[in-house]
Amino acid sequence: MENIISVGGLRKTFGQTVALDGLDLEVRRGEVHGFLGPNGAGKSTTIRVLLGLLKADGGTATLFGADPWRDAVALHRRLAYVPGDVTLWPTLTGGEVIDLLGRLRGDLNPNRRDELVQRFELDPRKKGRAYSKGNRQKVALVAALASDAELLVLDEPTAGLDPLMESVFRSCITEERDEGRTVLLSSHILAEAEALCDRVSIIRAGRTVETGTLTELRHLTRTSIRADLAGHPDGLASLPGVHDLVVEGDRVAFEVDTARLDEVLRKLTSIGVRGLTSTPPTLEELFLRHYQDEAATAR
Amino acid sequence: MTGTWQLIRLALRRDRFLLPLWVILIPLFPVGVASSFAGLYPDPASRAAFAKSMDVPSLTAFYGPIFSSDLGALTAWRSSLLLVIASLVTGLVVIRHTRAEEEQGRRELLGSTALGRQAGLAAALVLVFGGSLVLGLVVALGMAAVVPGAAGAVALGVEFTAACWLFTGVAAIAAQLTQSARSARWIVGAVLAVSMLLKVLGDSGGNVDSPLSWVSPLGLLQRIRPYAGERWWVALIVLALTAVAVAAAYALNARRDLDAGLIAARPGPARASRLLGSPLGLAWRLQRGVMFGWALGALVLGLVLGGAVDSASNAFTDNPQLADLFERLGGNAGVADVFLASLFSIVGIVASAEGVQIALRARAEEAAGRAEPILAAAVGRTRWLNGYVLLAFVGPLATLAANGLGTGLAYGAASNDMGQVGRALGGALVQLPAVWLTVGIAVALFGVLPRFNGVAWGAVVFFLLLGQLGAVLRLDQWALDLSPFTHLPRLPGGDLTITPLGWLVAIAAALTAVGLARFRARDVPA
Repeated sequence: MENIISVGGLRKTFGQTVALDGLDLEVRRGEVHGFLGPNGAGKSTTIRVLLGLLKADGGTATLFGADPWRDAVALHRRLAYVPGDVTLWPTLTGGEVIDLLGRLRGDLNPNRRDELVQRFELDPRKKGRAYSKGNRQKVALVAALASDAELLVLDEPTAGLDPLMESVFRSCITEERDEGRTVLLSSHILAEAEALCDRVSIIRAGRTVETGTLTELRHLTRTSIRADLAGHPDGLASLPGVHDLVVEGDRVAFEVDTARLDEVLRKLTSIGVRGLTSTPPTLEELFLRHYQDEAATAR
Repeated sequence: MTGTWQLIRLALRRDRFLLPLWVILIPLFPVGVASSFAGLYPDPASRAAFAKSMDVPSLTAFYGPIFSSDLGALTAWRSSLLLVIASLVTGLVVIRHTRAEEEQGRRELLGSTALGRQAGLAAALVLVFGGSLVLGLVVALGMAAVVPGAAGAVALGVEFTAACWLFTGVAAIAAQLTQSARSARWIVGAVLAVSMLLKVLGDSGGNVDSPLSWVSPLGLLQRIRPYAGERWWVALIVLALTAVAVAAAYALNARRDLDAGLIAARPGPARASRLLGSPLGLAWRLQRGVMFGWALGALVLGLVLGGAVDSASNAFTDNPQLADLFERLGGNAGVADVFLASLFSIVGIVASAEGVQIALRARAEEAAGRAEPILAAAVGRTRWLNGYVLLAFVGPLATLAANGLGTGLAYGAASNDMGQVGRALGGALVQLPAVWLTVGIAVALFGVLPRFNGVAWGAVVFFLLLGQLGAVLRLDQWALDLSPFTHLPRLPGGDLTITPLGWLVAIAAALTAVGLARFRARDVPA
């Protein structure tokens, strides 16, 4: 499958601070790619390199197969961007900003613009300085979504949006994907990434620590199992991959490495299963695991 | 008022370099002028002759009337434009610590702690009142050291402190009126401009106590008359006005909501006009108010001063000795031409301030994160920056043309010679190469040292000081040559020499090219 974004070993330092320390990222055509990491992990820096705003110190970065620094203008016609911290011109109205950004990109779709203004319940007549954070975010979102760009680059786009608007945003992104567009969605809100993303990359301290589909990543974590069994769970505790086993008569609760799930379930059915609940690992746990690793190495 | 003390400490921390610099730098000027005058005009007779030569409408319009030929009085007279700068800066500091804080949302964060609703205003006022008091004290001490007469020294110190205090009051009210700090700054600037205009009109007529000058705050302040029969009660009037202004600001602040202004924001257009579709269109939209303001101000100034030129040259031709002096100073041209040429050299500096202001907007946009969405659209770096650069070149052009036109029309009407319009336009527009060079410095800094872009203001002030004080301080020619304005032909009257103009334009173009090239190669934001 064709890569829209392809980043390898990207490095960027600001003075003494190392922002990117060999980061890798691949985004395929037509996917919604989650770009996850705690604050300060280097998400915005990566995006700015991809937009040709910052010049990388090392490594490679290509966008649509071209150099984002050299071919910035041509590439920008094919993408729309929502910055993480939207600042608007205090004297321009939201409507003016949407039109301006659309015209500078060259492809504003007026019908779609009006439809989006309605869907996001935005008042386009207010001046920039009068908008709240959430409303500034909406202005940038409408400007980006009203374009016919092939690629959407969204840097924490839902920061400041209320839950209603967040669900509007999610349905918009789903529609964009159905139309075949590619989305790079940087976020630290895991529920959002879980709901929207086909693949995710998790970064920490300027480096990619995991990348893959959610199913692939789940293999790296544990699934919680609760089961009512027909007999006593002999030998369950000694199976590899079973952790934190609690036995109350014929009832068991434990966690299992997702990669060992098959074996463990076979054992359970051999005893006889009367009831079973299984909770798949959340991205949250995945994230926390890396976060805790970081805390552990820091110690 | 709870928490005022903590806020004062915060403000002192933020202004820890600026404030001491300000309190020391301003007093240096009058003290420097006094010691220079003491050397140039050592005895009463030479001072009287100097005072007489300076007592012409075009100069008193700017500097105010000369109340006496005493050394201190002449110093106070020559330093009077400094009152404008001192008042302006004080006003800007007040806005910086009140409305700007509120607009940025920092006030809200602080306001959620145990902080009284008047604490922000009170802290700003204590800071600025205190700073101005120290400034006045330094002026008084410095003057007492170089000029005999303690009462006069105290009066000049009082004049400076009172000027700062009065405009602190004006700025405190302005900060309550509008939602944006920018508009509040404009209000302070407008009050100063009107006050200056009234004073120019009042003091150009030759009447020492014209009612117009008394109505103007700046005119009023000068009428404290340091070293010329001090009128302490005038200082009391200024203090009373300050008290009224501060009380009004407190009352307004107590009645309004956080973040709200008394002048409510109106809804704007839901769609962008046709113009707002390019980086240049955006730059124009953001700067057009500023550019109109400068051009209009320059036009009015030209009309006022152009009318005063004729009476000024009459005053000189009445006195053959002086006319001879000015013939020698200004070459073979008429006395009126000498005046026009010196006037245009000041307007040239003013126009370069406009150019720098517009050029620096690019950095402000970048620092605020507003360059990023534009550059992330299909807009190259050069195209984005060129919007601001182009306006920084064209804005001063319009301002100089407006000033030349106004001066020429008024002078032409007064002297029944409309041919003066063309000559005045020439004299104003010949400043452009030096103005562009100053703009070029700002653009080059933006590309090479974006964090120090504000240093471009230093260039404007440096050129102003060289032009205004260079001769008084008897600086060497190489030092004077550092200012591009030194190299301009003095028009009308002088010879139009193309070579230096060509060089200045070439250097301006080179500086701009360096700025553009470096900007293309650096990080955004840097």
